[in-house]
Amino acid sequence: MNQKSTAISSKESLISLYLDNLDLIKENSAETLNSARQSAIENFKLLGFPSAKNEKYKYIKVEPFFQKEFEKYFTPRCISFKIDDIFRCDIPSLDTHLALVLNGFFLPNKSMLVELDNGVIMGSLAEASKKYPNVVGKYYNSLASNEEDGLVALNTAFSQDGVFIYIPKGVVLERPIQIINLLMSDENQMVQYRNLIVADENAQASIAICDHTLSPSEFLTNVVTEVFTNKGANLDVVSMQNQHNESTQFSHVFAKQERDSVLSTNTVSLHGGVIRNNVHVLLNDEGCENHTYGLALVDRNQHIDMYSFIDHAKPNCTSNELYKALLDDQATGAFNGRILVRRDAQKTQAFQSNNNLLLTADAKMYTKPQLEIYADDVKCSHGATVGQLDMEAKFYMQARGIGEREAKLLLMFGFAHDVVKTIKIEPLRERIDDLVNRRLRGELSRCHNCPMHCC
Amino acid sequence: MLKVKDLHASINGKEILKGINLEVKAGEIHAIMGPNGSGKSTLSAVLAGKEIFEVTHGEIEFNGKNLLELSPEERSREGIFLSFQYPIEIPGVSMVNFMKTALNEHRKHKGLDPVTASDFLKLMRERKELVEIDSALTNRAVNEGFSGGEKKKNEIFQMAMLEPKLAILDETDSGLDIDALRIVANGVNKLKRSDNATIVITHYQRLLDYIVPDFVHILYNGQIVKTGGKELALELEEKGYDWIKNGEQN
Ligand SMILES: Nc1ncnc2c1ncn2[C@@H]1O[C@H](COP(=O)(O)OP(=O)(O)OP(=O)(O)O)[C@@H](O)[C@H]1O
Ligand SMILES: [Mg+2]
Repeated sequence: MNQKSTAISSKESLISLYLDNLDLIKENSAETLNSARQSAIENFKLLGFPSAKNEKYKYIKVEPFFQKEFEKYFTPRCISFKIDDIFRCDIPSLDTHLALVLNGFFLPNKSMLVELDNGVIMGSLAEASKKYPNVVGKYYNSLASNEEDGLVALNTAFSQDGVFIYIPKGVVLERPIQIINLLMSDENQMVQYRNLIVADENAQASIAICDHTLSPSEFLTNVVTEVFTNKGANLDVVSMQNQHNESTQFSHVFAKQERDSVLSTNTVSLHGGVIRNNVHVLLNDEGCENHTYGLALVDRNQHIDMYSFIDHAKPNCTSNELYKALLDDQATGAFNGRILVRRDAQKTQAFQSNNNLLLTADAKMYTKPQLEIYADDVKCSHGATVGQLDMEAKFYMQARGIGEREAKLLLMFGFAHDVVKTIKIEPLRERIDDLVNRRLRGELSRCHNCPMHCC
Repeated sequence: MLKVKDLHASINGKEILKGINLEVKAGEIHAIMGPNGSGKSTLSAVLAGKEIFEVTHGEIEFNGKNLLELSPEERSREGIFLSFQYPIEIPGVSMVNFMKTALNEHRKHKGLDPVTASDFLKLMRERKELVEIDSALTNRAVNEGFSGGEKKKNEIFQMAMLEPKLAILDETDSGLDIDALRIVANGVNKLKRSDNATIVITHYQRLLDYIVPDFVHILYNGQIVKTGGKELALELEEKGYDWIKNGEQN
């Protein structure tokens, strides 16, 4: 049987929701996650929701999103459909290991945890922490900033499951792993879950994460993902957000890189009502290379909020950021990119750029680089632009016979492609190019039109 | 083919073209010369339909159609091609995608089906040879990071792909090295037919040794002040523009 509670999601009622359902929350989770809850809810009590006074959340009012009525489920719902019905992956070129998450709970295909011959583990986080408490316990909640961000603390207090991926030492995974987060419900729902991704020493893998809404109800998602690239590991994470206008998503990614590791994250926000993407990267040892990319396509009354924090804690690391947003109609967006180069972090190279394209006079973009450099032998640069479509380029195309609308679309596509081209897995890159193209042409208003074909 | 009658055009209220008269017939090559700032690029931009220039007076007829009523893309599809003095870089848009889109728009206008992938590649290969353009260039974004000369070659390559009825070459020779100049001029000559025409805008007689004009016009201060045969270009090369300018004043 399903258990649910209705809550008016202000701070107090969230806390009482937590207290009232604690047994249920714990029962449907695992020890590692449960043991982190108490201090997390204390943190949330102290911090509350981030306010506009918080520099990091200056352009988005968080609390009102939690004041609406949402259902909150503490047990995975029985699903009345077969996986095959919702998931028909006809992507022969994108041959992936697949994991599904429905409303925050891992959705098993055959079992809760898949263990490949090469030692790769993927599946339910709760299940993994029962079976591999040492591995999960070592990493879980060791990065997430529960003491600084009320939303992160709230997630830690409530999260019961999510996806766990472990790539063992030296394993090079050829096929990408694909995680598909589905939101489907007849009622408005709040969903909080947790992902944990660990690439152990010299491991290599690519992960594609897709977020989808499958029903028109309102969704509020607050998700935390912790990523660890250990010594010499090389990890690629591509996230694709495609949710409807009534959805709100707060996503917090925390990554920690060890010596000589390479991490690329690429977040493509195709669609969503309100999206907040936080990426925190800690370069924890020498020789790390980090690439953080973001692309957002927003229109109508959508809002995109992008925040990145690259912490150069050790010498000889390189970070490279590229964020782009394309805003149409009355859409608004913000980018805040913080780079911290600590005193010891000599020979740091940190580059950041944020380019934005406004298609109308009503669209607005706020951009703010934030560089704090305490080492003297470093190479850092940042740049931000907010502009309109290049009219000279448009005329050039028209002079070749290309219609005005098509010329604009090509320009927008070209603008977006800059970010998409950084995706290393070719079939995935082509697919996302195609998605972006369709999105710009307005052919992607429905999920099932999405060529990702994950639903 | 092209009839320009008493054309006046201005930008931000400032008149640049002050009564241009020009007639170009099929099979002809016209050269337009004239000092910097005299309005040569403005004339070509107005012919191509650039909207920031306001046509305040006059007519342009192209193959019986009123050109001023057509959008830039329609003019292109009707067969007008402008080789830009300063070709534009379009990051993120690949040459292949750009060219294929343009070609298909032209085909649609003619009532033809889109070109097949293999026919397109074949055509690209063939036309690249015509202007001896490096294959690597067409695998890149439009003009992005191309050298000055490469951009000019790329203009003629696009012209070869689209086979216009009237090509307007705005200083296509500037920035080209001696060999490239010969190659580009040969390319233009190979595309020449009895049913198309070319307007060559240039500062130098050298190009006209290769592309031999039937008429040479001197544009000065927004007007065509003198028209002659190819020998007029030689005269200019020798005497400069002073005699034209002074002649105006006297
Ligand atoms: N966008 C603009 N805004 C204001 N003035 C302009 C603009 N474009 C052209 N002009 C002016 O119009 C006049 C003619 O310019 P045009 O580019 O047509 O000259 P041109 O004959 O092609 O010169 P060149 O030989 O140097 O290429 C110049 O005085 C120029 O400054
Ligand atoms: Mg000019």
